[in-house]
Amino acid sequence: METWEEKVKRLKKISWELRKDVVEMIYKAKAGHPGGSLSAADIIAVLYFEILNIDPTNPQWEDRDRFILSKGHACPIHYAALARRGFFDREHLWTLRRTHSILQGHPDMKKTPGVDYTSGSLGNGLGIGVGMALGLKMNKKNSRVFVLLGDGECQEGVIWEAAMCASHYKLDNLYAIVDYNGLEVDGWLREVMNIEPIVDKWKSFGWKVKEINGHDIEEILNAFQWCFKVGGPAVIIAHTVKGKGVSFMENEVEWHGLAPTEEEYKKAMEELEKEVSSL
Amino acid sequence: MREEISTREAFGEALAELGEINKDVVVIDADISKSTYTTTFHKKFPDRAFNVGVAEQDLMLVAAGLATTGKIVFTSTYAVFASMRACEQVRTFICYPNVNVKIHASHGGIQVGADGPTHQGTEDIAIMRALPNMKVIHPADAIATKKAVFEIAKDYGPTYLRTMRNPTPIIYDDSYKFEIGKGNIVLDEGNDVAIIATGIMVLMALEAAKILKERGIRVKVVDISTIKPIDSELIINLAKNTGGIVTCEDHNIIGGLGSAVAEVLVENYPVPMKRIGLKDTFGESGNWKELFDIYGLSPKHIAEACIDIVKNKIPPLK
Repeated sequence: METWEEKVKRLKKISWELRKDVVEMIYKAKAGHPGGSLSAADIIAVLYFEILNIDPTNPQWEDRDRFILSKGHACPIHYAALARRGFFDREHLWTLRRTHSILQGHPDMKKTPGVDYTSGSLGNGLGIGVGMALGLKMNKKNSRVFVLLGDGECQEGVIWEAAMCASHYKLDNLYAIVDYNGLEVDGWLREVMNIEPIVDKWKSFGWKVKEINGHDIEEILNAFQWCFKVGGPAVIIAHTVKGKGVSFMENEVEWHGLAPTEEEYKKAMEELEKEVSSL
Repeated sequence: MREEISTREAFGEALAELGEINKDVVVIDADISKSTYTTTFHKKFPDRAFNVGVAEQDLMLVAAGLATTGKIVFTSTYAVFASMRACEQVRTFICYPNVNVKIHASHGGIQVGADGPTHQGTEDIAIMRALPNMKVIHPADAIATKKAVFEIAKDYGPTYLRTMRNPTPIIYDDSYKFEIGKGNIVLDEGNDVAIIATGIMVLMALEAAKILKERGIRVKVVDISTIKPIDSELIINLAKNTGGIVTCEDHNIIGGLGSAVAEVLVENYPVPMKRIGLKDTFGESGNWKELFDIYGLSPKHIAEACIDIVKNKIPPLK
């Protein structure tokens, strides 16, 4: 039986391994979105290696939990997790964004095993999650629906249409996580378009809200346990750092959608490897 | 059946009947369920009917999510909102992943009348026709609408079903068989011109045929209820048999039925053609029959277009 400390250490290690895959994928693809992938790494690690009830041998299993990456541009981190869970061969990771690849520039449910819904155009994942949650309840399934939102996409009006809908229909099987790294393409959210007070916004839309450090594995684990205790719709506001784990990418808006050069790639891998081997 | 009934009302009746025989049918509205006649379904099957409020983008997303759980999802709103307010949700999250969502779009065309251009869907066919995986259906009367509802429920994939606000006379009887992708020759009096119409314009074309008959011009009137995929075989045969085509739609002449027919003809069998429709303009408020006169959609306008075609068919003197 795994102890709590062992679990936290295992998940922490996975999060760093996933980050390495992200950097390598984007380096080899010569394009992609490292910043928002790295900020979501710890959340994705906990979801895919502890929380989600899924079966890599049967990606369409009816009783599975659903996960929607609403901030679809962060798909490298999602693909890395799916490969590591065995949904497809790791070799596919190095075909990211290429012709005939099963790994599109943004998630495609028809091409990638384990992707529960197509995404990439921001703001749309929550409404789809609402529909899934409604359908699963109608089908008397115990499956849960998780939606990972970007902070920037909370500027989209349709997020709030869906948030209103989720609480109206008392969707106790729907959970959202906001990857609050504070940066969007044009700069800091607080300067481009402030989403604060974000906790009050969600609360006023009828959601239960918990704020955490999105890089603290223990806090993430506890937040999901809190979710299941209070029931949905519940949202975790996860404070994160864009580009987390690669010193020169952290909090730098340029790394929203930029591939590293060979030199940058080597430096990034060195830093990430140091984190892995420290555990 | 009553003498005149709107196709939106016929949709609602058919949907409630469909709910009885198919337990996978789920209905979602964005308010206005009274206006798109889904209220009967809501009353009969409250556990399979949802209302997301005035939120058409959310409407399409919730439908997409529900479809992944094995449901046949009918969304219901007006054509302007379904095709434009929620256009990207329809494209990227319904058509692209090819999920089983049927979009009921009432209030097609200036037949809407008094509500005016904000509520008259006059570009929707063009927009929906351009989306891969989408089927576009616009029945001519209540009977065709009812039959279409049952057929699209049997068929897999995204479908746009356009209906009309105001009551219209019944054209078909119960023997009419609706088939997705098939046109129907409603009237066959001769081969001078083929009038290809959709929706309310089938009725206008039948009226035009009467005017033309008095002038000795014998036409075919063809109902193209499926605008996509269009019945190319029938259209090519009509061109071969008549040598002249007039298309009629309560929609902008850009991108709709006329464009779809022209695409078929120009690549296969080009013949002289005229398009009846809104001439790249918006409508306005008013009685719909008066609006048809003002905007060139009346039987008289169709007849004039047919006469022009016939005149041009006369070979020049040597």
